Amino acid sequence: MQAYDKPLPRGEDFNGDFYQFCKQHELRFQRCRDCGTWRHMPRESCQACGSFNWAWERAAGKGQVFSWTVIHRALHPGFAVELPYAAVVVELEEGVRMISHVLDLPADQLRVGLPVEVVFDDVTPEITLPKFRPSRIRQSSP
Amino acid sequence: MTLKDQACIVGVGESAYTRGSQKTVLRLVLEASRHAIRDAGLTVQDIDGFVLSSSYIYQEALAANLGVSDLRYSTTVQMGGASPVTALQSAAMAVTLGIAHNVLVPFGWNGYSEARISRRERPDAPSRPDNALSQALRNYYAPYGALAPVQHYAWLATRHRELHGTTDEDMGEVALTSRFHAQHNPRAYMYGRTLTMEQYLQSPMIASPFRVLDCCLETDGACAVVVTSAERALDLQHDPVYIMGIAEGHPYPADDIPNRPDFFKIGLSFAAPHAFEMAGVMPQDMDFAQIYDCFTYVVMLQLEALGFCGAGESREFVKGGTLRIDGDLPCNTHGGLHSEAHVWGLNHVVEATRQLRHEAGLQVEDCELGLVTGWGDFGDGSLVILRR
Repeated sequence: MQAYDKPLPRGEDFNGDFYQFCKQHELRFQRCRDCGTWRHMPRESCQACGSFNWAWERAAGKGQVFSWTVIHRALHPGFAVELPYAAVVVELEEGVRMISHVLDLPADQLRVGLPVEVVFDDVTPEITLPKFRPSRIRQSSP
Repeated sequence: MTLKDQACIVGVGESAYTRGSQKTVLRLVLEASRHAIRDAGLTVQDIDGFVLSSSYIYQEALAANLGVSDLRYSTTVQMGGASPVTALQSAAMAVTLGIAHNVLVPFGWNGYSEARISRRERPDAPSRPDNALSQALRNYYAPYGALAPVQHYAWLATRHRELHGTTDEDMGEVALTSRFHAQHNPRAYMYGRTLTMEQYLQSPMIASPFRVLDCCLETDGACAVVVTSAERALDLQHDPVYIMGIAEGHPYPADDIPNRPDFFKIGLSFAAPHAFEMAGVMPQDMDFAQIYDCFTYVVMLQLEALGFCGAGESREFVKGGTLRIDGDLPCNTHGGLHSEAHVWGLNHVVEATRQLRHEAGLQVEDCELGLVTGWGDFGDGSLVILRR
């Protein structure tokens, strides 16, 4: 198997914790223990209430497409074989947003609000990247 | 007390704009700085302050090479391409408070021959020091192949198109306007090279919706301006250009694009009301606008943030030649980053100064008031409102 040649997360500090959970196929974000606000990227304190108390809480892994770009020129050679590929902004049900890929979907079918669910891509023995695919079941309405 | 009308731009200069300067960044900055100091009618001995943008050069080397022997004030702004306009704010504060008398605001880089943004993420590129954006970029964007500004700002542009119906031709109008204006500017890298909508639409896609001709140039070059107090400005060589209003602004959070509550609330959204309030004028009072044009859509987003039109309305605003020299809001009359050169927008400040002196290559007739925006990093912004 060819060596994985795309950039990998550096995984220092809190970011390392985030990716350790991904390696266990769990999508977890920091959530304030005092006011309940979810956050991403990981940070030292809660922007809503200032609290330093937080926990890594597991997200449902469901969300929707918020925006994207379809990339036609690789600025890193590792992505040349993927062209064209979409770097997608996904909004999770918990309210946080993250950049990811949406698998099993041609780029021209991306739409704002498209329901997606998380899948885990073990790209190396050490690193797992959370990715998404179109939801298989209709999202439950509130 | 505010900074309104307290400080003036009294000197402007630039190096040649090239691809392949064969010169160090410091040399380019020294050339531009000496032109600006001479243009002001000052000597190097009169300069006692620097406000630098980024860290391509250091104040120690600049002072030693220029011969500034009594440097009373020096600071560096770290807002990417928004730095040069923000630097004017710091310079205006320094001369207003008497901390320094004449402040040099330079910027230069070899943006083509040494620091091409389009190539800096290649594995063989020299590694760059960490900055405020590294956490997001290295851990959360780059693993998904989102490595550079053209890809990051495309997220904003795509959502704008999905919500508001902005089209390729709307963005193309911005590109064509800059290229049209550059045909009157022999300094412009794209001087002598016209552009049609057909050519624009045929240019290759880089990161949708951005084609290569939605992106600014990569060039080598430097600019410099000299800022002094309104009182001293009256005795100098040119009609002073007054800083009427100035502000910087930062999106929230500034170090991560996706998690902003309002995706379209950029640094300029925060800066614009402050600068207009300080100046006591309205967007509609502007005779021209030099808008940081790293990408075509980013100009449109800034037009909305400045209040020239409502959210989502820039696609209508730019139609019909509004931004052209004979339109309602002549924009980037030198050709901008798209067609003159990419000097982090300090070339926009130089052009605005020449417009207000009524000595521009493509002159906005009888102009009295104009603005310059800065944009950098993940959407930091700055705004200066200038008058003659």
